[in-house]
Amino acid sequence: MTTVTKLPYDETYVTEFSKENNEPAWMTELRTEAIDLANNLELPTPDKTKIHRWNFTDFKHKSAAGEAITSLDNVPEALNDFIDKENENIVILRNQSVAYASLNNELKEKGVILTDIFTALREHGDLVKQYYMTDAVGKDEHKLTALHAALMNGGVFVYVPKNVEVTEPLQTIFWQEDNELALFNHVIVVAEESSSLTYVENYVSHNEEEPSVANIITEVFAKDNAKVSFGAVDHLEAGVTTYINRRGMVGNDATLDWALGQMNEGHTVSENETHLVGNNSSSTPRTVTVGRGKQTQNFTTKTMHYGLDTDAMISQRGVMTGRSTAIFNAIGKIFNGATRANAEQESRLLMLSGKARGDANPILLIDEDDVTAGHAASVGRVDEMQLYYMMSRGITREEAERLIIHGFLDPVVNELPIETIKNQLTQLIEGKIS
Amino acid sequence: MADFTLEIEDLHVSIEGNEILKGVTLTINSGEFHAVMGPNGTGKSTLASAVMGHPKFEITQGSIKLNGEDVLEMEVDERARAGLFLAMQYPSEITGVTTSDFLRSSINARRDEGDEISLMKFIKEMDGSLAELNIDENMAQRYLNEGFSGGEKKRNEILQLLMLKPGISILDEIDSGLDIDALKVVAKGVNKIREETGLGCLIITHYQRLLNYVEPDYVHVMMQGRIVKSGGKELAVSLEEDGYEWIKEELGIEDETVEQA
Repeated sequence: MTTVTKLPYDETYVTEFSKENNEPAWMTELRTEAIDLANNLELPTPDKTKIHRWNFTDFKHKSAAGEAITSLDNVPEALNDFIDKENENIVILRNQSVAYASLNNELKEKGVILTDIFTALREHGDLVKQYYMTDAVGKDEHKLTALHAALMNGGVFVYVPKNVEVTEPLQTIFWQEDNELALFNHVIVVAEESSSLTYVENYVSHNEEEPSVANIITEVFAKDNAKVSFGAVDHLEAGVTTYINRRGMVGNDATLDWALGQMNEGHTVSENETHLVGNNSSSTPRTVTVGRGKQTQNFTTKTMHYGLDTDAMISQRGVMTGRSTAIFNAIGKIFNGATRANAEQESRLLMLSGKARGDANPILLIDEDDVTAGHAASVGRVDEMQLYYMMSRGITREEAERLIIHGFLDPVVNELPIETIKNQLTQLIEGKIS
Repeated sequence: MADFTLEIEDLHVSIEGNEILKGVTLTINSGEFHAVMGPNGTGKSTLASAVMGHPKFEITQGSIKLNGEDVLEMEVDERARAGLFLAMQYPSEITGVTTSDFLRSSINARRDEGDEISLMKFIKEMDGSLAELNIDENMAQRYLNEGFSGGEKKRNEILQLLMLKPGISILDEIDSGLDIDALKVVAKGVNKIREETGLGCLIITHYQRLLNYVEPDYVHVMMQGRIVKSGGKELAVSLEEDGYEWIKEELGIEDETVEQA
């Protein structure tokens, strides 16, 4: 039996939806092609996780616009922990409509764009078209990318022109206040040649029971000599089934670093793929998760080495509690011709409960002779000798475990670019392990 | 400072079914420094670990009391908060927890909620102790023992001793792997706290060397899992000069190590 049945959305629906949003014709066309694909393509098959019974179809696609937020001094309580009131560069989507948007004037004048995806489609349609599901993620990869392309209902577009260095972080918050509303969220981040930026996003929902879906695609482009630091804290509640695909394309001498705090409470498939296309391009993808309850999560972090002298260091860390399950796949793929590529990876799972399950799969696929690669993977429990040592200084067993867990996750948490977000992630971890 | 008395009585300790300690009796009071010496494999470190509550050691007979309280009934952390401290021979490395955070948690574990040490006061105390021990200030921000050299680990143990100010401390081969300069620094730290707090101390060592700098009041020789000879500091000197053979002869011991089943 499979629960994926024909969707209540068809060509007419997506065409109408596209019109309501005044989208350019190419976008309407993309949606109609994709809805057809969605009905014919199969679900993706993440390694060692069966997702065919997961809910990808029971959701609401539209919602009334979320109430505007007039000032960062007065944000709803649910968002308080995410916001640094000094931050001038922030977009808050509430039920996929813009509740708050601001961008520093100087950056605006330099041509920096930080705006929601529908505004971007209307105001910068040709620019968006270059990047929207073209070179990074394809609508025809599987049922979920097709569904995403057909039903995209929110997101942001971030653009930094050539030679512009954005020193303050650009932040977005995607707040699913409506418990049934699906997040078909699309994020595009473009760093033109020799530019630099730091981007941080938050996903928030509250639906512990009501079923909903998040189908998120993020496409990041670090052009030649650009430097992009991408941070995220995802915290969608247990009702949400999540498919999240974050993919990056990295040019010559460019760097794309990821620090992902993946703290969803529901079933999650997460793919984070970095294509090191340019020579001397590099990436440090880091991900951290805490599993709890009965959730099953599958995390794939992949670096694809095409260019010469490409360098990547994958780091995955997870703490598993309750009856949760997590699969960590770390994949380094070096293509023929990617001479002197270096693909490193480290996956570590810490099991806090006898009923939790975890698996770390290190994979290196190498089609070139002159390369270096390495992997380390471990699935283990809290070390009794560490506990003994800490307790011998008067620290209780509980507190010692807490310190060890935070310490275990620290190498990723510490990389998050905004202090408030780092604190927020630490609080989330605290809540999940206690 | 309050007076402490650690009483070890007829202590028998096993690991995985092998009896290592076969009846050790020893009392340490505040202000007293006891050295336990002896060749390798005679049970010295087992004594240290058993007092602290190492999970791999099983107490099969005897008692340990601190100020009359039954230590064997306490968890490891309770023993520490009651006033015991063990400077370990092989301290664990803990990724992601800085030496500074660890120390602050350790200090706060001894204080009531709402009465935590202020950050300013903590930093001041730590900087003072770091300087005392010639430790690079960077160590405070490094992950606990991770990538530390042998000497750095030992100094870090003494740093903790200085900051936690226990009633009774056990130093388990704190001198091994230290060059003479590092040894002097460690000794200086121990002597400082000895003067300031009236610390009672059990020093476990192979060598007389450390005892030149930290003078013991009593010296005990351990063989075959028992204390076979006790004396004053002059005993350590004669051990240094003449080795252990004369004791073995005197007591008719052929193999001084603990026989393994």
